Amino acid sequence: MPNLRHPAYPAADLLRLESLVPCRESQVSTLLSIFGERQQFSFPSIFIYGHTSSGKTYVLQTLLTTLQLPHVFVNCVEYFTSRLLLEEILLQLQSCSGAEQTSPVHCDTLNDFVRLFKQAVASQELQDQTLYIVLDRAEQLREMEANILPGFLRLQELTDRNVTVVLLSEIVWELFRPNIGCFEPFTMYFPDYSIGHLQKILSKNHPPECSADFYAAYINILLGVFYMVCRDLKELRHLAALNFAKYCEPVVKGEANERDTRKLWKNIEPHLKKAMQTVYLREISSSQWERLQQDGGEPGQLKGLSAHSHVELPYYSKFLLIAAYLASYNPVRTDKRFFLKHHGKIRKTNFMKKHEKTSNHLLGPKPFPLDRLLAILYSIVDNRVAPTANIFSQITSLVTLQLLSMVGQNDQLDGPRYKCAVSLDFIRAIAR
Amino acid sequence: QQIQEDMNKQLLDSLVSFLSRSHSDFREKTTEWTCEMKFREIPTAALVLGVNVTDHALTFRGLSDVLQDNITPYVALLEAKDCPGIKNLMQKLMGQLMSCDVDVDSLEDEDGVQVSQNRIRCSMASLISWYESVTKKTDSETPSKKRNSSSRHWQSPPVVVIFKDMESFTTKVLQDFIVISSQHIHELPLVLIFGIATSPMIIHRLLPHSVSSLLCIELFQSLSCKEHLSTIIDKLLLTSQFPFKLGGKVLQVLINIFLYHDFSVQNFVKGFQLCIVEHFYSQPLSVLCCHLADIKKRAYSLSHDQCENIRRLPSFRRYVEKQESGKQIELLTNDSFLKEETEKLLEDIHVYHENYVSILRCLHVFTSSLPKYPLGKQIRELHCACLENRVWETEEYESCLQLARMLNKTDLVTMLQQCVEILMSSSGKKFDKTVGKLKGFLTQFQDLEAEASQERDVSISSQKELQRKTDLYHLQKTLLELKESRRSKKLTKFEMLRFEVVDYIDRLVRKYLVPADDRTLHEIVYFNAAAVLRGHLNAAPRTALHTALNNPHWYLRNQALKCDGGGISNKAPDICIVYKLHLECGRLINLVDWLEAFSTVVMAAEEPNADAASSDHVDDIIHARFIRAVSELELLGFIKPSKQKTDHVARLTWGGC
Repeated sequence: MPNLRHPAYPAADLLRLESLVPCRESQVSTLLSIFGERQQFSFPSIFIYGHTSSGKTYVLQTLLTTLQLPHVFVNCVEYFTSRLLLEEILLQLQSCSGAEQTSPVHCDTLNDFVRLFKQAVASQELQDQTLYIVLDRAEQLREMEANILPGFLRLQELTDRNVTVVLLSEIVWELFRPNIGCFEPFTMYFPDYSIGHLQKILSKNHPPECSADFYAAYINILLGVFYMVCRDLKELRHLAALNFAKYCEPVVKGEANERDTRKLWKNIEPHLKKAMQTVYLREISSSQWERLQQDGGEPGQLKGLSAHSHVELPYYSKFLLIAAYLASYNPVRTDKRFFLKHHGKIRKTNFMKKHEKTSNHLLGPKPFPLDRLLAILYSIVDNRVAPTANIFSQITSLVTLQLLSMVGQNDQLDGPRYKCAVSLDFIRAIAR
Repeated sequence: QQIQEDMNKQLLDSLVSFLSRSHSDFREKTTEWTCEMKFREIPTAALVLGVNVTDHALTFRGLSDVLQDNITPYVALLEAKDCPGIKNLMQKLMGQLMSCDVDVDSLEDEDGVQVSQNRIRCSMASLISWYESVTKKTDSETPSKKRNSSSRHWQSPPVVVIFKDMESFTTKVLQDFIVISSQHIHELPLVLIFGIATSPMIIHRLLPHSVSSLLCIELFQSLSCKEHLSTIIDKLLLTSQFPFKLGGKVLQVLINIFLYHDFSVQNFVKGFQLCIVEHFYSQPLSVLCCHLADIKKRAYSLSHDQCENIRRLPSFRRYVEKQESGKQIELLTNDSFLKEETEKLLEDIHVYHENYVSILRCLHVFTSSLPKYPLGKQIRELHCACLENRVWETEEYESCLQLARMLNKTDLVTMLQQCVEILMSSSGKKFDKTVGKLKGFLTQFQDLEAEASQERDVSISSQKELQRKTDLYHLQKTLLELKESRRSKKLTKFEMLRFEVVDYIDRLVRKYLVPADDRTLHEIVYFNAAAVLRGHLNAAPRTALHTALNNPHWYLRNQALKCDGGGISNKAPDICIVYKLHLECGRLINLVDWLEAFSTVVMAAEEPNADAASSDHVDDIIHARFIRAVSELELLGFIKPSKQKTDHVARLTWGGC
């Protein structure tokens, strides 16, 4: 295991840093060597990518705070417009230099930003240190003005100050590159944690009242169940915390001792499987799960989200939806055959309909005009339907409920076209 | 009228009680949630409300009021149409939160809010700082003053954000908002409420797993709208408190609109109110439709014209014809005598209502448990059936009685007990005898039970006897005898009593559930103009337009326009002629042919002999008239210009659609 070594920083800090970021030593040492010493100019922009919860944000944040490097940390989702983003950076800059009063700043464009940034840096004792601007979830930058991303990439050059921009993202750099070309940042990849890594990290934060070995054994079992479906560290940690009480139960009751892993495993395994089906999918919430554990009841009594999938609809809405479904999945040429000769061969046509549908289902719903929908409606409803305003308003209300969707909204008046947005199962449930 | 206001208030009361019922458990939950923040999840309530979108506004208003009263002053209601982007969402959210803050501590920081309204930085950071300042102020600055106003709220009240219509929000906005707020959940205790109209699966469809894992969702199901409707009907129609009643057909129309079209309780109540207005507006005698206490006063203040109106009522005429001749003359000539008689009749109607409702409930107890529900499962169906015609003459009622005669004892006894309870709770004194009778039945049943046990002994002994006999012929004979005796025995004991009960119920029904149309002066209290109501509520714009264009006489009331058969009259307005001609065409209409036909029709009357001379030349004026009519049709949306063929227009409507 390579120890972190760098001449510029005290060894104690480095040691602490190493203990805080397990399994990311190589990345940290690379970053440190890029950063260099405090006063040295660093690479203008660094792009770090990796899958969800591979520790990008965490590593950067711990690195910068432990070594007390001046930095600004901004989440691009939170500051959704360029103006908010730039102003937030300037605000944080003011506060990180220790200025007491943070006066509101106004900064609309990148040009203003560069000017204000120069002022801010010049006014403080930051000149001799590299300032780091970390932009988390940088993929949002692509949706802002075109000059923002290239501007950040060469901020060092533009401001002529000692500054390094670090972009964090979950997607690769190739998807960022604007077509007008830009300065290429130094890219760096954070690989996923392996199962060994996960084991190590999860075991690290064991509750103080039980031994590390005991908790590690628990984590081992947990990973055995969940690793197949979930590798998200955050999610796993959540699940570990939720189910630990249940695992400890026999020990607390005195039925088993801490070493008796086999017994404990037998106790917890079905429980974890149940958790995988419910909590992990958010069918029931974690608080409900906890209450369930306390009561010791069966989760069967608590119905999950998907159990309530039945929808009550008014009489004509049901028929409208069925008509829409038929219009979406049947080709126009078969309409005559299905709906015109209504007496007699209904069974046969039904059979043929089903046969044809299987192929159409793979293609997805097709748009259909309003007239066709109504024509089918009239033919499938037994008694006469008057074309009242209520029927028309029901169509729009179905659209707002996202059961139908409107296609091509260019003109409402001449023949709006719709698509049916529900599945066959849903229609079956309604048609009953 | 004040009655209508009464009605509104009652409705609101019932709604609020309904709300508090469905959300009382919810409120308890919120208190638990705030303790549970360790996992960085946003507590979320998914509120499944059913598809009656129009009712939701009221529900949410009630909910936010309840929340504001009991839990937190910070409630924001967000609607999808206000929030096309995350920016608008934040603006709206902050605006609402800050203004509700103003509501709570009235005027202290008005200047601060005014500044913020103008150019606030709409970000989470500013929201948090606002929240911190507000809460700090609440518990440090003026603790004594705050105690009284917000003692019910706790130290750090959660901020509740309600998404009214989850389905219509764009995915991105929701995702971004949830991601942002999950990052600040420690500083800002946020609670989300999703209003869901369809099914909770929508959450999974809208949000990817990475986002939904940030939420801690609990599901709450509100009462189904059908149940809601039955409570409303129960409260409004099946009481004797309100003098105004709906006739059978009208009620049927309202319920049909509800069930077939929109499931909206709101609309049902609106329709009901419309009925009230229509009734009081169109029926001059509706002054008499008031509470029992006022009838006397109002009856005496009737003018002569109004008395004449009463005499003209068909039900009153029927009544008069039944009286003896002296009284007839008196009724038809003497106003004051008429007034007294009217008062008496109205009181009769009032009494009839009281009896009607309780007996209806009794009958409902019987019919609702029968297999296949011949008279309907809900009390409203029974109510409609009873209003419509004499219920005992219908086939369904017959089958009901047949089925009731086959009920087993325990069911029958419980039903009787329920009936007794209903009758006891009703205000009328006249039911004492009925209650006594029913109680008599009950005791008889109990006696029967005692007898039955004895009887069982007898039958067991006879069976023992049977076992002893070995002769086949004898065996057969005794078996037959036994069967015979058993049948006759049962008929004498339990079955007899059962018949008696059913007959008694039947008699009650015949006595009290007389349809309202048979009552004298029912026109005053009942609103029966179903056709009018249907015209108002179930508008058919397409049909109206078609009638106007196809048959201009209908609206213009000009005798000259009245045409018979399918012919096209040339006296009709141009647009009607053009419309009728266009009905005969296919999908694409050739403008030249159309113009030709138009000019033929118009010329036919003006100069029937001149058409030979100028057959190929069309008059400029006629040309202009044609063009105007066609563009009017285009404006109405019947045709549109087509690019497929030159000089053609496309037809847009076909028959009913």
